[in-house]
Amino acid sequence: MNAILKEAIAAKDDSQRTLTVAVAGNPNAGKTTLFNALTGLRHKVANYPGVTIERKEGWWRIEPNSPPVRVIDLPGLYSLEATSIDETIARNVLLGHEAKTPRPDVVIVAIDATNLVRNLYLLTQLIENGCRTVVALTMVDLTKRNGVHIDIHRLQELLQVSVVPVITRRGEGLDHLARAVLQLSKDIPLNASAAPTFSRRTDWLSQLSPADTNQKYESASHWQTRLINRYRWIENVVNECVLEKSEAKAQTTRRIDALVTHRLAGPVILFLIMTFVFQAIFSWANGPMNLIDQLFNSLGYTARAYFPAGLLTDLIVSGVIPGVGGVVMFLPQIILLFLFITLLEDSGYMARAAFMMDRLMRGVGLHGKAFVPLLSSFACAVPGIMATRTIENPKDRVATIMIAPFMSCSARLPVYTLMIAAFFSGQNVGGFISLGALIILGMYLLGVAFAIGVAWILKHTLLKAPSPPFVMELPPYRLPNARNVLHSLLERVGVFLKRAGTVILAISILLWALVAFPRTPKTPSNAQSVQVEKSYAGKAGRLIEPAISPLGFDWKIGVGLISSFAARETVISTLGIVYNVGDSDEDQSQSLIEAMRNAKRPDGSRVWTPLVALSLMVFFVLACQCMSTVAVVRRETNSWRWPLFMIGYMLVLAYVSSLVTYQGGKLMGFS
Amino acid sequence: MTLDATPCGISARVLSVAGDGAVALRLMQMGVLPGVSVRVIKSAPLGDPIQVQVRNYDLALRRLEAQTITVALDDE
Repeated sequence: MNAILKEAIAAKDDSQRTLTVAVAGNPNAGKTTLFNALTGLRHKVANYPGVTIERKEGWWRIEPNSPPVRVIDLPGLYSLEATSIDETIARNVLLGHEAKTPRPDVVIVAIDATNLVRNLYLLTQLIENGCRTVVALTMVDLTKRNGVHIDIHRLQELLQVSVVPVITRRGEGLDHLARAVLQLSKDIPLNASAAPTFSRRTDWLSQLSPADTNQKYESASHWQTRLINRYRWIENVVNECVLEKSEAKAQTTRRIDALVTHRLAGPVILFLIMTFVFQAIFSWANGPMNLIDQLFNSLGYTARAYFPAGLLTDLIVSGVIPGVGGVVMFLPQIILLFLFITLLEDSGYMARAAFMMDRLMRGVGLHGKAFVPLLSSFACAVPGIMATRTIENPKDRVATIMIAPFMSCSARLPVYTLMIAAFFSGQNVGGFISLGALIILGMYLLGVAFAIGVAWILKHTLLKAPSPPFVMELPPYRLPNARNVLHSLLERVGVFLKRAGTVILAISILLWALVAFPRTPKTPSNAQSVQVEKSYAGKAGRLIEPAISPLGFDWKIGVGLISSFAARETVISTLGIVYNVGDSDEDQSQSLIEAMRNAKRPDGSRVWTPLVALSLMVFFVLACQCMSTVAVVRRETNSWRWPLFMIGYMLVLAYVSSLVTYQGGKLMGFS
Repeated sequence: MTLDATPCGISARVLSVAGDGAVALRLMQMGVLPGVSVRVIKSAPLGDPIQVQVRNYDLALRRLEAQTITVALDDE
């Protein structure tokens, strides 16, 4: 079948076919803000490159009479000669090499008006490769403020593409953009040979200016000469169209940076910010957390009162409600953590943090760009690991992925908080910092310390490789857009909740089943604890008890540990079930904390002491207890070797460290 | 002289970018090309990397990478 026939058939189907539009452009050019404005679904807008997740899609109501258009938000790229996985994905989609994504019909190229020359490089490559492009010129309000005037018409003439200035946050220019996109989609067929090549344009432009485009450059190889010539062409175009080219850089950004990346003040400010964030999360979230706890408790009572007694009610009251409630209760902390990280990213501070930390990270064998993925892992390792896509060198990337779980994620927070509330509450150090906050900080630092150690070892043994280029843009500071932050927050929390809603709910039910079966006939006294002991879960706990008692744990904790390997937070609901919390067969309902404090071993001594709590926390810092993380590592490394290795070595580290903590503590006289 | 040895605050012009590999490609894609004006703003608290103004934006790069860029100071 020849090409013309194919084209005709395609054209006939055009009216029914959904239009696909991609939004491409440099990092920090405002792609994602534009995408949000077009689709109405808010997604992450960040200054630091590498936060966009691949293939973000949405629907654009382009016109009242037209069917909605599919819009794909691509990772930022500087050039089609991709140097990172992120950029490779973007390039593949744009050129139609991505198997699951059809080649976009139209590409909206977000061009930052304050950085025209560099941004136009990508545009020229896209045109040359036959992409139908429309330019969305962003940051035009900034150029006006800097006293720079851009001749849009002349630019359109020279580039031979539509150039639409947009001010996204005010919604200006979006209608014009819609018209340009629709117009283009009906025009020239998608055919690379029909696209004007730049050799022709160079001829044309050399008529305009006497610049010598074939000038030989010192020590330039063939590809360099081509690149240089292309930039020369672009510079000539920009010179034609931009009046009052001002040297006025964002002065405010420079002034802020004078302090923020100052030799002494910089690291201090970074440390202060981190400490503030942790203290805030620990103390501000308390009120909401207690409220939610009470809410779920009363939900449980009500269910027990109104539903007929039986297995199903038991499932709901002892399985589902505590299971989900235990997770939801810690949402306030998770929300706060995500909020702070989002604000830091959107303002541009994260890039500065990476700038300052690179030397340190390089000392360990990691990349400065690993800083953001690792920092994100403090909220949740799953998106953190996905963000490692911007690390070009595969060995560096795997090393970063391997240590990301050591960054104490938000799922560990509930465990820490429970331990502290039960055994370390109410004590202050130095009069104003709570012991609890210090211990939590200590746990975080412990994780970081191990991460550094493991990274160093990995880079010197299994993953030995030279450091890849660091070259990174430092974008101007921007005030985070409240709506974007809010929606980005909601999206991230939504993802976390979905994980809680599915994995953890499933596990809560599974756990309830492991505890509920085999059924022991109920006797008036000690009903629940006997049931637990004789259940599958109880048997498993007893099985590993000899192995974990050197760590200070008994079989009930063992049951909790087993369940936690699928998802950390479930240890809390498991402990709740194992200690009979929420079962109104008891005369008084104990809260979990009380139950833990009162738990006794066969010999009469207390099961839970502060030392045991500490030992458990240390275990949780280091063990890999998250099926979602394992799944994502498998996907990102494309094999089972690395996830299994990760589970294995983390388990060993957790066991040994917990052992050292408990036995060491006893030796020192604590109990 | 090379960019890593260039003092802070002084304008310079790029003469050449050495090398054929990933570093050179990345630098040139981002517009660090012969004839372009650059200025070293500062270095990170630990001495590395350095912040350089290239055309209209700021770039951070390691000293090792900056060594591949040969510049001429503007008053030369």
